[in-house]
Amino acid sequence: MQMLTTPLLLIFALALAGYFLAKSRALQVAGGDIRTLVSLPNQHALSTALATAVPPTAAVLLFALYARLSQAEPNWFFALIIIGLGVTGFALSLIGIKTDSRARIYAERWILGLLIFASSIAIMTTIGIVFSMLFESLNFFGQYDWRDFFFSTTWSPNFRGNSDLGILPLLWGTLYVSFIALLFAVPIGLFAAIYLSEYASPRMRSVAKPAIEVLAGIPTIVYGLFALITVGPLLRDYFAEPMGFGQSASSVMTAGLVMGIMLIPFVSSLSDDIINAVPQAMRDGSLGLGATPSETIRQVVIPAALPGIVGAVLLAASRAIGETMIVVLGAGAAARLSLNPFEAMTTVTVKIVSQLTGDTDFASPETLVAFALGLTLFVITLGLNVFALYIVRKYREQYE
Amino acid sequence: MEDMTQMDRAMSTEQDIKISAKGVQVYYGDNHAIKDVDVEIEDKTVTAFIGPSGCGKSTFLRCINRMNDTIDVARVMGDIRIDGEDIYDPKVDPVQLRAKVGMVFQKPNPFPKSIYDNVAYGPKIHGLARNKADLDEIVEKSLRKAALWNEAKDRLDSPGTGLSGGQQQRLCIARAIATAPEVLLMDEPCSALDPIATAQVEELIDELRQSFSVVIVTHSMQQAARVSQKTAFFHLGNLVEYDDTDKIFTNPQDPRTESYISGRIG
Amino acid sequence: MKTSLLASDARTKKRNAAEARFKAYGLSAIVVAMLALAILLTSVLTNGLSSFQQTYITLPIELSEERVDKRGNRDPAEMARTTTIGYAPLLRDAIVAEVARQGLTTDLSDKDIAAMISKEAAATVRNRVLASPNLVGETLTFDLLASGRIDGFFKGRVTLETAALDGNTSPEAVMLAQALADAGVIETKFNWSFFTAPDASDQRPEAAGLGVAILGSLYMMLVVLFLALPIGVASSIYLEEFAPKNRITDIIEVNISNLAAVPSIVYGILGLAIFINFMEFNQSSPLVGGLVLTLMTLPTIIISTRAALKSVPPSIRDAALGVGASKMQSVFHHVLPLAAPGILTGTIIGLAQALGETAPLLLIGMVAFVREYPAAFTPEAGLFGEASTALPVQVYNWTQRSDPAFVERASGAIITLLVFLLIMNAVAIYLRRRFERRW
Repeated sequence: MQMLTTPLLLIFALALAGYFLAKSRALQVAGGDIRTLVSLPNQHALSTALATAVPPTAAVLLFALYARLSQAEPNWFFALIIIGLGVTGFALSLIGIKTDSRARIYAERWILGLLIFASSIAIMTTIGIVFSMLFESLNFFGQYDWRDFFFSTTWSPNFRGNSDLGILPLLWGTLYVSFIALLFAVPIGLFAAIYLSEYASPRMRSVAKPAIEVLAGIPTIVYGLFALITVGPLLRDYFAEPMGFGQSASSVMTAGLVMGIMLIPFVSSLSDDIINAVPQAMRDGSLGLGATPSETIRQVVIPAALPGIVGAVLLAASRAIGETMIVVLGAGAAARLSLNPFEAMTTVTVKIVSQLTGDTDFASPETLVAFALGLTLFVITLGLNVFALYIVRKYREQYE
Repeated sequence: MEDMTQMDRAMSTEQDIKISAKGVQVYYGDNHAIKDVDVEIEDKTVTAFIGPSGCGKSTFLRCINRMNDTIDVARVMGDIRIDGEDIYDPKVDPVQLRAKVGMVFQKPNPFPKSIYDNVAYGPKIHGLARNKADLDEIVEKSLRKAALWNEAKDRLDSPGTGLSGGQQQRLCIARAIATAPEVLLMDEPCSALDPIATAQVEELIDELRQSFSVVIVTHSMQQAARVSQKTAFFHLGNLVEYDDTDKIFTNPQDPRTESYISGRIG
Repeated sequence: MKTSLLASDARTKKRNAAEARFKAYGLSAIVVAMLALAILLTSVLTNGLSSFQQTYITLPIELSEERVDKRGNRDPAEMARTTTIGYAPLLRDAIVAEVARQGLTTDLSDKDIAAMISKEAAATVRNRVLASPNLVGETLTFDLLASGRIDGFFKGRVTLETAALDGNTSPEAVMLAQALADAGVIETKFNWSFFTAPDASDQRPEAAGLGVAILGSLYMMLVVLFLALPIGVASSIYLEEFAPKNRITDIIEVNISNLAAVPSIVYGILGLAIFINFMEFNQSSPLVGGLVLTLMTLPTIIISTRAALKSVPPSIRDAALGVGASKMQSVFHHVLPLAAPGILTGTIIGLAQALGETAPLLLIGMVAFVREYPAAFTPEAGLFGEASTALPVQVYNWTQRSDPAFVERASGAIITLLVFLLIMNAVAIYLRRRFERRW
């Protein structure tokens, strides 16, 4: 790495020097009167600095990547290319400074290039996500039959090998927890949004809306701890045990309830936006006919906002499915296909964490299965997101 | 006792006064939008409110079925009576009032439902139909009255938003008359329509006069002259002049009215 | 059929009742949400506030030469050979003597009396001695941590009943502690070391602190700030101001809104695969954590920056272009400064989100137990390359320990985390209020 970082530091120093040299050279070319210059000295300076620094930096990134891929330590040859690129840019720019050279255009081209590079990072992240999981998943399916993964109903990893790694119990736990979470969050969030946008006085709105949004700003680990130390024991002592449903503090109900609380602001703020997008004329039309506000909301506003609300619920579902800390601390670790909501069950995300933070060998199927689980999770949430965003977007267009 | 005197007063006034307003004031926050308006609107008549933008004519119209209640900052004072009953009396339910005083808005605002459901909405919430056949009849009658039946009868299940602008507005009128109101308020019902649609709606308004008292706010003096029998001219929140339409347009008493109808202010 | 407006008919009464019910549902939804918030905060506060207090035992300790410096040459290297085990008798003798001096009698053995002092205390004394060897032979007064159970007793977590069932303490020890507290030997003080001390092992919850976690979180926030802000702003500028409206821009846009909704744990898998397995950065280093959180925060920052840029009216751009500025100049000289408050607010909110994120950090190895403060720079690991931990991960770690005293620590860590978030959000709100501009 030294072969790359040292030249890069040199190049940065050269770029800085280039900045000031170019500035003074531009002034010198102008003969002290900058009005004769097409581009300002600052622009010459910027153009020179960028031309010196950008290509070598790009080269360093490429070389570092190449070195990793080929498992070779970068040698002096790379260093030479980096310095050569920098010096070339430096020299060409300085020599090119004339009264009629358009340094502003060059500088702006470099900057535009940098801007485009920055926007491509979002794309590269997606590609990185897909490939990082795809490779290891393929690796996993090389060692473990995909049919067993997708269709087996047992999950019992065994670090001596011979594990059963069926995703179905995990998916069941995930969906069950998410379902309970939505069962809480959707009615509460929706009614809260309706009340806030249709009934509440401005004063009440100014208190209640931020208070609900505080729930959105609380990190999930806090909800997780809440599930672990408060909600879990409470549900066990007052519901599960007296009613004979089991003795576990961590349960689908615990995680679902707490996750529901977490999702309330998510559902309510999205629904609020969507309900507010329904034109006032629609409400006036209904009120003008003598409908009560609740009739207006139930029969006009909600049907009009329905696609948007469905989108919001789908986004909330995708968030529930991908949520990790609450289920890690609240749902339990036992993979189980059961209908009893007071029993501990586990989810895809819990198992990703436990398989990747365990002590098993990285190349073993017990670890690699986490990547297959991750990929499955990614595909499911991506599908939900794309569909939900499509619905919401379509809905917004309707009223624009 | 008081009830008796009230009854007496209602009886003693001319039988065909439908709405009477006395000393009406409206404030939007600090803005005094309607200043001390007195007006008596007759039954089975088209009354037009005219005046420059922001003169308060729409605001006053919205007082008559208490649509201003839906605006937080609006305050209405004074006395508005329909058939002698104070509509701002605390005992009055705006829901019942609005069933009696229908409203058609500036922009056609059909609900995102089928044409049938749009018209059936009011009768359904007010419980005006005993059964489906009843409801079908109300819908048909209203659509016929709104001169939309022939165009819509084959597509009652298609969404109301799919109609053309003029058809949408007639649908809104059908929707309003389906609840069998006694008064129909129209807030610039033609401002979003093209001339042909406007002519159709105007024709409709003239027919509606048979059964309702119609109050229409309009920007267009020609329209007021064409459809109304009585005209009220509003200016800066004041009711400047109120008289027979013919008189207002041929022989206005107030110089402000004259300047407005001759196009000098507005 | 004329009906009076003044009397409401049966149907209207029914409809109004339905209206009232509907409104009540709405109101109760809000009440439920607020109640949930209140219960959540109360739960965290009641469990965690006590972690800001800590029980100390004040003891005079004779640093006898025969124990700590057998050779007597005051050479620190030589003295370092005496481990904390060698110091334990000093503490035992000191507390037994103190009990006797206070005239208290007890059935407890000397060993059980010594167990009232934290296992961490010996290290405190040893460090002090190694730092200044010339103290040997003197008698010094130390404020030593009381053991977790004694601390718990003064915080109400341990009672006489639970002590009777507990293998680590006994009702006699608890009563003795009470007597010592009455005599002023045991005191409860503000727990500064909670914010400065590193984590401690399973047996000594009383010594566990957030020092490393706070520093690690700070390092990560620095990485996120220095990467996510410029990259986010640059890509927003490109997408909002320069990008042609075509398929590719559309794809980038859909892609960004999807990235914002990708579960955070997926970013952890990305970090593990790319930064640790492929790039071979150190596990659980703030650098990797910061990179992962950068990628995760980037969509948030881009979305809010684009909104801020969008809210600058086109007339500003036209005005700049009209006096002959280039597109680039109009953006950097006029649009960007006007959008800056909005961008900053979005960035702070993004940082706050990153600060509380746990799941991806678990996957890049931050579950490991870290006792040492990480260095900001080392030649081998580079910038922020040393193993560290982070606030939310520390919370998770503590929830996995068996001693119930760690529940208090975890809740205390959460309060600390929430205070940081509160400050960040307050700054964001202040900025928005202060610089908000309506066009």
